[in-house]
Amino acid sequence: MTTLLDVRNVSKSFTMGGIFGRKTVNAVMDASFSLSAEKPEIFTIIGESGSGKTTLARMILGLEDPSEGEILFQGQKVSRHASKAERLAFMSKVQPVFQNPFEAFNPLKKIERYLESTARQFLHTKDRAAIDRAMDEALQKVGLSLKEVRGRFPHEMSGGQLQRCAIARALIPNPPLLITDEPVSMVDASLRMSIVNLLKSLRDDLKVSVIYITHDLATAYYISNRLIIMQRGRIVEMGDARTVLDNPQHPYSQLLKASVLSTDDAGAGKLATDPDMVKAANGLVGQAGKLVVRPDGREVRVYG
Amino acid sequence: MTRDSKPDLLKVEGLKAYYQMNYYGVEREVRAVDGISMNIKRGEVYGIAGESSSGKTSFIKVLAAAIRPPLRVVEGTVKYEFKNGPIEVTTASPAQIEEVRWKHLSYIMQGSMSVLNPVRRIGKTFKDFAQRPLGLTGAAFEDRVIKHLARLKLPPEVLRAYPHELSGGMRQRVTIGLATVCHPEFIIADEPTTALDVVVQKEVLSLIRDIQKEMDSSVVFVTHDMSVHANIADRVGIIYAGRLVEEGPTKQMFFTPKHPYTAHLVASLPRIGDTTQRPALEGRPPNLADPPQGCRFHPRCPLAVDKCRQEVPPLETVAQDHRTACWRWQDVKPLVGSAHPAGVMA
Repeated sequence: MTTLLDVRNVSKSFTMGGIFGRKTVNAVMDASFSLSAEKPEIFTIIGESGSGKTTLARMILGLEDPSEGEILFQGQKVSRHASKAERLAFMSKVQPVFQNPFEAFNPLKKIERYLESTARQFLHTKDRAAIDRAMDEALQKVGLSLKEVRGRFPHEMSGGQLQRCAIARALIPNPPLLITDEPVSMVDASLRMSIVNLLKSLRDDLKVSVIYITHDLATAYYISNRLIIMQRGRIVEMGDARTVLDNPQHPYSQLLKASVLSTDDAGAGKLATDPDMVKAANGLVGQAGKLVVRPDGREVRVYG
Repeated sequence: MTRDSKPDLLKVEGLKAYYQMNYYGVEREVRAVDGISMNIKRGEVYGIAGESSSGKTSFIKVLAAAIRPPLRVVEGTVKYEFKNGPIEVTTASPAQIEEVRWKHLSYIMQGSMSVLNPVRRIGKTFKDFAQRPLGLTGAAFEDRVIKHLARLKLPPEVLRAYPHELSGGMRQRVTIGLATVCHPEFIIADEPTTALDVVVQKEVLSLIRDIQKEMDSSVVFVTHDMSVHANIADRVGIIYAGRLVEEGPTKQMFFTPKHPYTAHLVASLPRIGDTTQRPALEGRPPNLADPPQGCRFHPRCPLAVDKCRQEVPPLETVAQDHRTACWRWQDVKPLVGSAHPAGVMA
């Protein structure tokens, strides 16, 4: 098995404050996982705000250097200090999709401009026909076409369509790995599933691996193969998505699952979260513990 | 306690509110609210769902008596029956609106970060908002605020804090506190939990529910997330392209929807324990400056027939408290409904 991405004992700490009253914040602590190159999968990172999931993604993208540990992509170390050529080669294999499509696109420029500049960068060509072809191919993959998009500004599109354009842009260099940071949280509920289904088809039909960052357990269950659950920088549970979410073992994972709003008893007005559950989950913040492999293949952090 | 035993607090009749613009001699009219009629009872949580640019924000702007040009009420009435007397929002004078604002009619806004003044301590913001409507000063006012904050599980120290010192959940609770400190009869909540993550979202929702029950106020709860409506609303109304397309008791809306749009919204919700392919609604909401003829949903509707393309379906009663605007409501089948395995979320 060759690995596509190998995250090895990665930690990241930030220093906050000035010379006096300096504090370090451990955003990610000792995270390890790897993705296989042969079997594309949707790998989900779940956690609340401040759990370090975005920092982890930024490190994989090479936008931050890990304080400890290293990240290998196809055997090469990911570094913020790569040369421009190396960086470009890396970016043609790993592409990001951001949370809010309305912020990702410049509102004053036509959508195709953004796609075009990406195509020009990665294809090393100024040939208009070649660029157009690459753009159209990428847009076809997400269920749009250049004809529909050409000449339009971001505000003329719905959030779902715009997010598809953002994904199409990421697909232009045919990367084996996409990193999507909460791609559906700003998209309307009625259009959300179209994006989620699209990610699924990228994996199944185009063999693209996707790192899907979210706090929405329901869509994570729906599309992901494996997932990790992060609490304040630590991975607390990792394993097969169905195994973990059907029966979460770590108190924090249990709390997350219990907090998902269910529609089964619609209208009953049941909302209370068990306070003991919150206490149990919060009590574990800051304790190191260690990940232990369970018989069903998942890893759970145990303490003491 | 049945819904019928309670009097109506809000009556909206045939409301049409348009954005009328005239730039450089070019007239443009966006029909954001196009003929909505509904009633909301005292002590009821009414959920409004609809995607962006469906006109739901314009609608609640009118409800909140924040009608400013280019938004104009073209037709219809919005009437509240407050304890201190009725008020007709569309014709009321600024002084009359001032009289009921915050004290009777209040508003929980979206995005708690941008609502709170970043350079003013929370305590000062409370003073700005609530001192005048409450008519209290000094220690009495502070006492009242602290008591109210305790109800929201916030320590009195937050009054000394700046907004950036609080977490997202705490900030959202502060904005709820601001909106409810005067014990208003009618609260409008515009996507109060959209930016929060799951654990905090649930906390904030149950808090809104508790405080609403305690004060017996009515709440209009706006969000596009149907799973939130399922858990908080007594009744749900669906707005599509400026029109109310269906409304009914929450349970019926989820299990026996009578409008294809509602059926789709409900069916597209992913659930833990279920990986069957979810249908996604294609297309985009219509441009309100140039809406399609007939039923505005017909370009995206799987059930559309010729009649839908020509004639506007009226909002008709199909069951008790359940109204829908669809020519083919009898053919609408819940897309998931009974397939829900009960008890998975235990």
